[in-house]
Amino acid sequence: MAERILMTGNEAMAEGAIRAGCRHYYGYPITPQNEVPEYMSRRMSEVGGTFIQSESELAAINMVLGAAAAGMRAMTSSSSPGISLKLEAISYMAGQQLPGVIANIQRGGPGLGEICASQADYFQAVKGGGHGDYQLIVLAPSGVQEMADMGTLAFDLADRYRNPVMILSDAQIGQMMEPIVWHEYTEPSDLPEKDWALTGAKGRPKRIIRSFFLKHGFLEKHNIMLQEKYARIREREVRYEETAVADAEVVIVAYGSAARIAKDVVSRRMKGSKVGLLRPITLWPFPGKRIRELAEAGKDFIVAEMSAGQMVEDVRLAVEGRSRVGFYGRIGGGFVTVDEMTEKAREMLAARGARK
Amino acid sequence: MKQAAREYRRPKTLESVPTHYCPGCGHGIAHRLVAEVIDELGIAERTVGMAPVGCAVLAYDYFKIDMCEAPHGRTPAVATGIKRARPECIVFSYQGDGDLAAIGTAEIIHAANRGENISVFFVNNAVYGMTGGQMAPTTPNGAKTTTSPYGRNPKTEGHPIKVAELLANFESVVYSARTSLSSPKNVRETKRAIRKSFQAQIDNRGFSIVEVLSPCPTYWHMTPEAAMKEIDEVMSKVFPLGVYKDWEK
Repeated sequence: MAERILMTGNEAMAEGAIRAGCRHYYGYPITPQNEVPEYMSRRMSEVGGTFIQSESELAAINMVLGAAAAGMRAMTSSSSPGISLKLEAISYMAGQQLPGVIANIQRGGPGLGEICASQADYFQAVKGGGHGDYQLIVLAPSGVQEMADMGTLAFDLADRYRNPVMILSDAQIGQMMEPIVWHEYTEPSDLPEKDWALTGAKGRPKRIIRSFFLKHGFLEKHNIMLQEKYARIREREVRYEETAVADAEVVIVAYGSAARIAKDVVSRRMKGSKVGLLRPITLWPFPGKRIRELAEAGKDFIVAEMSAGQMVEDVRLAVEGRSRVGFYGRIGGGFVTVDEMTEKAREMLAARGARK
Repeated sequence: MKQAAREYRRPKTLESVPTHYCPGCGHGIAHRLVAEVIDELGIAERTVGMAPVGCAVLAYDYFKIDMCEAPHGRTPAVATGIKRARPECIVFSYQGDGDLAAIGTAEIIHAANRGENISVFFVNNAVYGMTGGQMAPTTPNGAKTTTSPYGRNPKTEGHPIKVAELLANFESVVYSARTSLSSPKNVRETKRAIRKSFQAQIDNRGFSIVEVLSPCPTYWHMTPEAAMKEIDEVMSKVFPLGVYKDWEK
């Protein structure tokens, strides 16, 4: 049996990246993600990689852009205010079709906010955030094991689609410790060759990494190509986990930290009440099709998240009025509780009863 | 004494395409010098260039080497990422005064301070050309631009930033020079400086920068000839030519 090791989420994600062959990490200190650059500064030196504590989050993500353009697996991490700074280059990377991994260990906002867990950067992560029509692949770990696993998966997805990938975590999952198991990592054999990487034009035509298309019509064509790629990702990469959904009347939709609390609510099944959980593992692409199937099967929903109600919009779009979609949230660093979520589920079940 | 016949040819590293630069612009000369040096050093197959945001944004269409685009001012950070990933490549960033001395001030200073083993070619024409002639951080005092219509006032806009002198202060910088394109002699001097910068990188010495004073007849509202004179009579007074740091001296 594989050895179980106790690690923090932030360190597990960093180690996962290293096991995936990431040898280029660039970052800037910000709480609650400092364990990532600290771990990387130590480990990169051991594995012969590059670590730079950059002058800013802007510089860090642009170093990732450069290393990715040179064909390397590269990563940066930050927390909410720092991610806002990185959005400029993230938009460039999406336009330039550069793979790269960005981790957001979310904290409360807006502004400098505070340093407790939050999920208020959902819109920023899944709806673009930066300028232009682009999509990130967004992974939402809900525990330390998933931080480790997604630390590697993110690179495979980034390379497969030539697209930046965001790991959207939070202060709670980043800082807490849980036992994890390391699986042997082997790079998928069907990843496309990086025949676009800048290596010096030796014995081949020159290569250009660009997102700028001045000639009329070229940018539109480029965007159509990007949208076709996003459609392929939507088709193939939706990931979610269901708990007790089959006989549930009300399904809680929650990810990350909120999903851990929701699991508790569901496992209690207070007085036989029929509450299940759908946990999106990819926030983009979003498991909207599955949510719609559940709506067609007559289930109602509660979206539980640590924001003023962001993912709830995607659930409402998915059900298109077929079901009730309630919302339970805590904001500004407040943490969702089992009791409050249970109460919300009871209300929804009672409303269903009254309707019958 | 018999002089060998010399043919004037396009450097191999320059594409045979018309550029978008205005008549009398200095970018054409600066591009050519960079390309000539790349050819002479025989490094075209391992050189990666960085295009800035600004007039030289399309530089990748003109150089026949691998090139990367960077967000405005982040050019030295992207160059850092490429160079650290591929130390065997020769990496240069080609930047204008807005890109390097305004929006990208943090990136250039910290790349210099880390002693990144890259070459920076800084084309200073004292104006934002691509966006239509606005004031640059290097616009001389009193100069009128579309955003300093009464002339740059140092009391409110500050004085022109002297990049070659500034970066020479950093211990990790091995070479910092300012040249100009105003005469055949100065063009040759510029080529020597570019060559020295590339050589520093080939020898793994660290960060080097060549600031090139370059004419912008369009937004200086002058003929190309007058713009060249302006470099000698005005620009070179604000920004004295010279070598500010040299590892050999």
